[in-house]
Amino acid sequence: MDKPNQNEFKPKIVGFLCNWCTYAAADLAGSSKMEIDSALTVIRVMCSSRVDPNLILTIYFNGADGILIAGCHPGDCHYGKGNYFTRRRYAQMKQVFETLNLDPGRLQLSWISAAEGNRYAEVVNAFTEKITALGPNPINQSSLF
Amino acid sequence: MSKMLTTDHGADKSVVDLLRFLLDTEKVSGVLTLRKTNTSGSLDYGLLTRSQELDRAVPLMPVMPANAAQSLSLITPTQKPIAVVVKPCELRGFVERIKREQGSLDNVLTLSPTCGGVIPLDTYIKKSKDNLTKDYYKQVKAGEIPESIRPTCKACEYFVPMTADITVSVVGEQNLDSKCRFILNSDKAVSMTEGFGSVENGDLDAKILDDHLKKREKEKKALFESIKFKQDGLDGMIDVFGKCIGCHGCSRVCPICYCLLCDFESRNFDQNVSLFEKELEQKGALRLPPDTLFFHLGRMSHMSFSCVGCGQCTDVCPADIPVASVFKKIGENTAALFDYVPGKDVNEDIPVLVFKEEEFKELGE
Repeated sequence: MDKPNQNEFKPKIVGFLCNWCTYAAADLAGSSKMEIDSALTVIRVMCSSRVDPNLILTIYFNGADGILIAGCHPGDCHYGKGNYFTRRRYAQMKQVFETLNLDPGRLQLSWISAAEGNRYAEVVNAFTEKITALGPNPINQSSLF
Repeated sequence: MSKMLTTDHGADKSVVDLLRFLLDTEKVSGVLTLRKTNTSGSLDYGLLTRSQELDRAVPLMPVMPANAAQSLSLITPTQKPIAVVVKPCELRGFVERIKREQGSLDNVLTLSPTCGGVIPLDTYIKKSKDNLTKDYYKQVKAGEIPESIRPTCKACEYFVPMTADITVSVVGEQNLDSKCRFILNSDKAVSMTEGFGSVENGDLDAKILDDHLKKREKEKKALFESIKFKQDGLDGMIDVFGKCIGCHGCSRVCPICYCLLCDFESRNFDQNVSLFEKELEQKGALRLPPDTLFFHLGRMSHMSFSCVGCGQCTDVCPADIPVASVFKKIGENTAALFDYVPGKDVNEDIPVLVFKEEEFKELGE
């Protein structure tokens, strides 16, 4: 096996996955033996709307390079309308990051249904690629934060 | 056309007279107003139930010892009718609190001036009060923005109360010392003031207010430019919030932050030594107290869309951080996402409790 290059930046990404859709999609992608980048650490939540802004910020300030929130497609929420609230909260959070110019690209919201194992692998790999290009979270480089 | 009530006394006296009238005729059983605490001129809010207590009242004093929205939550819902004299942003703050089930406008008659702005408490306490208010009113009467007021007040475009029962015309009133105009915006206002004076048709002077609004908008632009939002990202944040000592005073005085136990003061933020060790290993240094920038970003992402820009947070900050100016900017952007104006309509829900199916289609990659 090739020894990984020491200088190469390997991002750390945290994903909040909805139990009913995206988490099942992750399972499906795994059991279908799709290639999924190992940068993503998964946290299972019962609904994407459970992800409070403070959870995102906790992870951001603890140095994650990217944060993914993924749930059912709008209209398909297991609980009826949870993901509509997720969407509003995310829009607000992203706006705060944009106004302060804090790399809003490090946040991503994705809709992935339980049947979309393919799409799960694509989204995770594409997001990892994007974060790798963005580089490390500046939080990690300064003790002032 | 609204109904208007005119008196032949100065604004301050007229408002006190009206409050006295309401108490004496038992139309209300109490009034909430600013009053003088002692002869040296310190102020507080008082809920007064006897009309002789009104001798101390200075309802229109341009000072905010506390955001009255918080005080109103303490005394409402009320079974007995009360009248309150609050500033437009305090009223808006209270409306935001009502949406969060922290009070009620039932049995409350609201009086609010067209607001010339508020003098920072610090300035008010330290400087000669007579000169300060004299200069203030000179500029307010001329429809100018007083120099002494809070930076966020200078930049405030909502100086005309949105939901007040009675609006007291102050901004741009040349004859403020000898005349006072009350605009009666609701049926309740008309019936409550019946017998106090003659009512005719009339309204605020739109031209004067428009001109004043243009000046405020100009100030707002300058205020936002003075804080470098876009340039530096995290470094910029450290420039602004690096001085924070973590006292959480800004959230304590905030009319919107009503939570009895703020997440940032809960066990969730009890510090864990192992976390520090990890951070030290990674960065070689640790900022103490920790989580100060986190705290401000957390507040922004929780309640900025409801920020009424009262400026109380900047006023109390011991480290002179322009908290309110930053929140005003952030709040404007987050509220705009949902076409939301905080404090405009008490029947509207706060944006995170409702949604439309056909919005933000572009989100979700």
